[in-house]
Order: sequence, then C-alpha cells, then structure tokens
Amino acid sequence: MRDPDHELPPVREDPEQLEQTWADPPGLVGWITTVDHKRIATRYLVTAFAMFLLGGVLASLMRLQLSRPENTLFGPDFYNQLFTTHGTNMMFLFAVPVTQALGIYLVPLMVGSRNIAFPRMVAYSYWLYLGGCLMLWIPFLLNTGPDMGWFSYTPLAELLYTPTKRADVWAQMITFTEVAGLAVAVAIVVTVLKLRAPGMSLNRIPIFVWGMVVQSFMIIFAMPAVMLASTCLILDRLANTHFFDVDRGGDALLWQHLFWFFGHPEVYIIFIPGTAMVSTIVTTFSRRHIFGYLAVVMSLVSTGFIGFGLWVHHMFATGLPKLGESFFTAASMVVAIPTGIQFFCWIATLWSGRVKISTPFVWILGFFWVFLIGGLTGVMLASVPLDLQVHDTYFVVAHLHYVLIGGTVFPLFGSFYYWWPKFTGRMMNAALGVASFLCFFVGFNLTFFPMHLLGLHGMPRRVYTYPPDAGWTTMNGLELVGVAFMTLGVILFIVDAWSSLRAGVAASDDPWQAGTLEWATSSPPPAYNFLHPLTVAGREPLWDNPPDQPIVVGLRSDVRDVLVTHVMDAEPDHRVEFPEPTKWPLLTALSTSALFVGSIFTAWAVVYCAVPLFVSMTGWFWPKHPGETGTQAWPIAHRTLPMPSEPPSGRAA
Amino acid sequence: MTSRQSAVGSRQSAVVSRQSQSSVRTLDVSMLAPGGFGHRSLMWWGTLGLVLIEGTMFALAIGAYFYLRSRNTYWPPQNIAPPDLTWGTLNLLVLLASAVPNELAKKAAEHVDLRAVRVWLVVCLVFGLAFNLVRVFEFLHLNVTFSNDAYGSIVWLLLGLHTVHIATDVADTGVLTALMFIGPVEEKRFVDVQENAVYWYFVVFTWLPIYGVIYWAPRII
Repeated sequence: MRDPDHELPPVREDPEQLEQTWADPPGLVGWITTVDHKRIATRYLVTAFAMFLLGGVLASLMRLQLSRPENTLFGPDFYNQLFTTHGTNMMFLFAVPVTQALGIYLVPLMVGSRNIAFPRMVAYSYWLYLGGCLMLWIPFLLNTGPDMGWFSYTPLAELLYTPTKRADVWAQMITFTEVAGLAVAVAIVVTVLKLRAPGMSLNRIPIFVWGMVVQSFMIIFAMPAVMLASTCLILDRLANTHFFDVDRGGDALLWQHLFWFFGHPEVYIIFIPGTAMVSTIVTTFSRRHIFGYLAVVMSLVSTGFIGFGLWVHHMFATGLPKLGESFFTAASMVVAIPTGIQFFCWIATLWSGRVKISTPFVWILGFFWVFLIGGLTGVMLASVPLDLQVHDTYFVVAHLHYVLIGGTVFPLFGSFYYWWPKFTGRMMNAALGVASFLCFFVGFNLTFFPMHLLGLHGMPRRVYTYPPDAGWTTMNGLELVGVAFMTLGVILFIVDAWSSLRAGVAASDDPWQAGTLEWATSSPPPAYNFLHPLTVAGREPLWDNPPDQPIVVGLRSDVRDVLVTHVMDAEPDHRVEFPEPTKWPLLTALSTSALFVGSIFTAWAVVYCAVPLFVSMTGWFWPKHPGETGTQAWPIAHRTLPMPSEPPSGRAA
Repeated sequence: MTSRQSAVGSRQSAVVSRQSQSSVRTLDVSMLAPGGFGHRSLMWWGTLGLVLIEGTMFALAIGAYFYLRSRNTYWPPQNIAPPDLTWGTLNLLVLLASAVPNELAKKAAEHVDLRAVRVWLVVCLVFGLAFNLVRVFEFLHLNVTFSNDAYGSIVWLLLGLHTVHIATDVADTGVLTALMFIGPVEEKRFVDVQENAVYWYFVVFTWLPIYGVIYWAPRII
C-alpha cells in the first residue's frame, strides 16, 4: 500500500516488535488477562448492552401488566421486584457503566495515548462490575430481587419491614458497582491529566474527553455517599446498629440525604457524557469547530458543580424548612442555564456549519427534542407547589425517562453508529439505522409522553394495577403500542450491528472525516493504538495540524513504553513502562466478591475474606521482573523537553 | 500490518509529499527519564484520586454524625459518658510522631537511598503497629457499643472507618518493606515508597478532625 517514495524516516519503532510487545496471549488466557483498554471497554459495552436489554424486558413486562385495568398477569410482590430491579439495573448496571465504557475505549485514543492509566485497575473494575450484574440478576431469578424501589428508602428497607435478603442484595450490588465506577473514574482522570499527546494543552482537549473528566470527578465526589449509605443500611440490618432507626435516636431522613447527595449528581453523571457525545457528533457533521468551545466546557464543569447543590429537591415532600426548599428550588432552576448555553452553542454550530445528515446525526436530532422536553419538565418540577402536586405520580416517571433516555440513550445510539466503524472496522447500514431511529423515537414518545398526562390525572407510580373507571386505560394501552415500536427499533439496531459484523463494508480509518485523534489510527486500532503517537496543534488535530506537525518517536518497542506529559500544557515529561497482561485483577476481583457476598450473611466475612484479598493484592503488586533501569538511579533532575527536530531529521537506523 | 500502518502512513505520507521526500519532523522522546517522582508520576495522581474518594467518605460520615446529633435532645444519650480521653489522645500523639519517620522515609526514597529507606520503613511499620494496638484500647474505652443507639453506631462507624485505613496502610507498608529487603528493587519502587508516605500523611491528617469529633464534640459543643 505504501509508496516507497513516501517512506517514513527511519526511526526506532519496529512495528512487528511493537505488535509483539503489546499483543495479548492467544485464546482464553489472553481474554482473562488482558489489560488492553479497548478489549476491556468492549466487554464492558457488551455487558452493559445486555443489561439494557434485560432492563428493557422488565419494563415491557410492567407495561404489559398495566396495559389494561385489574390485570392479573403479575401480583404486587413480583411487580415490586420488577420496577425495583428495572430501575436499579438501568441506573447502576447500564447507564453509568456504558458511558464509562465508551470513555475507557475512546479517551486514551482521543488524547493520543497507547493505553489507559492503571489498566490493571480498569480490568479489575470490569470483573467487579460483572459481579454486580450477577448480584442483582441471580437473586431476581431466585425471587429475591430487591423490592423497595431503586432508592431503597428506610424504614421500608430496614429489617423490620424487609426481613428477607432483598435489601441486602441491593446494598451489596451498590458496593460492587460503585467500587468499579470509582476505579474507572480515577483511571480516566489520570489518563487525561498525564497521558495527553504533546501539544494537547487544556484548551485543546476534545469535548467528549472534557465530559468524561467532569463525569469522573462527579463520580469521585458522589459515589462515596451511596457507599456510605448502603454500608450503614447493611450494618443496621446485620450488625444491629441504629443509623436509620427512629426509636434509638437514628433518623430515616439521614438515608434520603445521603442517598440523594449521590442520587442527584448521578443524573448528571449519566447525561454529561451524553451531551459531550452530542457536541462531538454535531462538530463532525457540521464540518466546523464547535461554536463556543469555552462556553461548552464551562457549562459541563459548572453543571458538575451545581449538580451537588440540588439533592434536596428530591425531598420536597418530606416537610423540610421553607427556606431550604426555596434555596433548592433556585439551585434547580439555575442548573438549566448551563444546559441552555450548550443548546445554543449546538444550534450556532449547526447554523453556521455545512450540515451533513447521517445515521449518528439523526439520533442527535432525536436527542434535541426529547432532552429539551425532559429539561423543561425539570424546571417545572423544581417548583415546590408543582412538585408536591405531582410527587410520586407518573409525571415524574415521564420526566426522568425524558431526561435519562433523552440525555443518554439517544446520544449513545448516535455514538454506537458514529464509533462503530472505529470499534469494528465495518460500516453499518444507513437505511436500517434511520429505520431503527424512527421506530425508537416514535415508540419512545408514544410510551412516555402520555405519562405526563397520566401523572396530571393522578396516576401514582409503583402501582401494580388500577380500577377500570380511573380514566387511565386508554393511555396505558397506547403506551404498550409505544413499547412495541421501541422494541422494534432496538431489534433493528441489533440486526444492523450483526449484519455489519458479518458482512459490513470495510471502514476506512476516518469514514466521517472527523477531527479527533481516534480517527488517526486504523479501524479497529492496533493493540498499541498508534505506531507513531501524534502531536497536536489544535482542537481538532486532523483538521488543524499543519503538514509538518511532528510525530513522536523514540518510545521503546520492546517494552510497553508510554509517554507521560505535564498536566497543563502536555509537554513531554517522562516515559513509563506499562503493565503486561496479568491474572491478578481477576483473582483480586474474586476475593473482593467473596468479601461482598459473604458480608450479606455475616459481618465476620469481612475479616475472613480480608486474607485472600490481601494475598491477591500483594500478588498484584509484587514485581514480576526487573525493569529497564534495574537498580540504577534515574536522572531525576532531568526535565529537558526535547524540541521537535528541524527538518530534515530522522534518526539513523 | 499494512492496513494498520496505513493510518499513520497515509497521513504522514501526505506530510512528506509536501516536504523533501525523506523527512518528517519528529519529537524524539527517547532521552526522557523512564519514570518520575512526586506529581510527575501517574501514581501520585492515582493516590490523590483515592485521597479525594476517602476524604469525601470521611467528610460525609462526619456530616452524618452532626446530622444525627441535631435530631437528638441528649448527645451523648443520658447515662452514657463521652469516650475516655486517654487512649485517643495517646494515639493522636503516636500518629503525629509517626510523621517524622514517614517524612524521613519519603526523603530517603526521593534520594534513592536504599539503606535509609529500609531503616525508616521499619520504623514506620513499628509506629503503625503501635497505633493499631492502641486503637484496640480506644474501642474498649468508647463507653458505648454500636448496637446501643444511633450515637454509638456513628461513633463506632467513624472510628471503624479510620481503623480500616490505618490497618490497610500498615499492611501496605509491610509488603513494601518486605519488597525493599527481598527485591528486585528498582528505582520505580522508590516512587511507591514515596506515594505510601503521601497516603500515610492523609491517614494522619484525617485523624485530626475525627479525633476532634469523637472525643471533643460530645464534651464542648
């Protein structure tokens, strides 16, 4: 393929050796031990999509049950498990992991690195996440699925009112997924701060990457709250403590405060990556840089901050002081401002760009409509009187699905279509993609728009049936039709993906003529991501880099050598050797899982299982072979930044 | 291989075609050090992430303490004495004193001085074990059990959370000390020693507010 006249200069990288160095062992061993961020992300994506389908099945069962009054399909006990497992699954096992999975795959590529920071920890996080999935679904199949609602309010979740293991299952599923989410968040933040391509200063970081950074920081500050809360809950249930026990000086509202201190930021944790995907796709298909880069980034960051000041608006019905309610009403309305700024930036980008309609872009158009409605009903709900009126009705169900499906699922499908060629090296079918979108969009609005009206007509959430004369029959029936359309849309997507994998047209490196670095390598990328890591001269390097932009040479190809750069301006700082494939993350995840599962039954499991956990973590840490320098000292004072060589340069072979 | 190279190849060949045929500008990083200390290293930032997570956890637990306090008329409840000051204060002194060998171990690591690192790591380990031992007596002198009421639960939770940290940090330090004696000792292990010291500082500093809350909040606030 390569023209000998256009040969690269002789540099140290040996492509075959590089391939060998970064390759995983073949077969099952490689699958278990891999630390390649792309392989880990792929299994995250597949698992999260499977969770999406399972959660969708539960949702369909609920709609089926409610499609006519006094339906006897399911009883109240099973229905309680249905909606709790559906909500828990979608929030903890689908929405957060799937956006983090995209980050695991794309962030290292977008910043031009050879791997994600702390790849073993990311591998570990996947196994724990898988443990969380099993932790929810196996008990559900054994009729021990959680049945207290996805926010597991006390005192309902206390031992007195939930004497079965259902609440414990929920609490430890939280621990699994939150530890996994926190590990990924730290890995993504460090990747973005320290592994960026030379030249990618803070003001050149792609917006999708900014979105992942904001999400990761929010996870770091929000998820400890729910871990603390669920730990206290399980202690109350198992060790006879009294955190939420009003008779012994505890307080049930403490649970709500701790839970929503996490639970409200969770909404932004879920949709901030969504809006960042929108910015990316809008940029590419408008054929111009995004309008108001700084404004968009600041909107993401300020949403991240304001998101922590809203949690009490979930508690308006609990009788808090009026002044507090007013504050949280104001804060809840303020958060609409940064989102509004983003909307105007997208409009300006589209308006002044040369828009090219394509399958990913169509999903983004759907996002505009759905997410806008979700945002507007959010502003309505921020007002205390209206919130009290529709509290615990289907109006809230409609609002949250418009926000979460609009804010995340529509951009996600757009992203699947957008990055699919990069992931698989195959194109998807444009016609099938648009058909899938139309079905899903129509089905979504048919299913969820009537819920606004049902809520205003007084239909409460979480009821397993209703009387025929309530006036809710028609709309509930209509919603079942919507479910059928949505299901068809998802099936079309799966058919499209499947046939693309079987016989799709081969994708070029950059099928959409996009500007970010993941399109500068092959589709799919090699294990080492880039043969020669690029340097960056603008926000969209493939559009902005001048023809003589330097490439990075001099990374060793006989070890997993990765370039580390400075935080602010991404100047080269030092090289670091990355870990080889290893079995220890899996073993550590197994011993961690034993501890979590055991602690449902006895608090002593924490003590017993600490031993295998210690052994596996020591095995993980213990060096396998001496590295590059042996015991020789590094030139510690060495901070000289190599300058781009002036042409003609090239190293002697 | 060809298809994989084509990504970089085609892009760079475009570069080449506009210039003289045999050259691409390069940024040679082969002279850079194979590692870095302090905030230059990935580990430092990873440790910082852990500190943020754990710090948030402690802050929320302290918030829960004062929230529960605001919901109770008597704090501690009637007939329950505040925790005895002796052991907690002794532990405060031990922990503050441990900052000295900790700093010396950190400095030794930064100077890649294996002998000094070994000495000070062992001293740190002794301090850590002493601290965990005194902690047992602290638990015995809280004057309340976790199952008594919400006050007992939150006090035990605060002390328990901090104990998990000192226990794991002693385990970490033990493994690290063993490694520095057994080997293979590489330069990057000195970064680990340095990061271990940074994390120990975090554990020391979080004890100050938690000590204040457990021992002094029931007395003076």
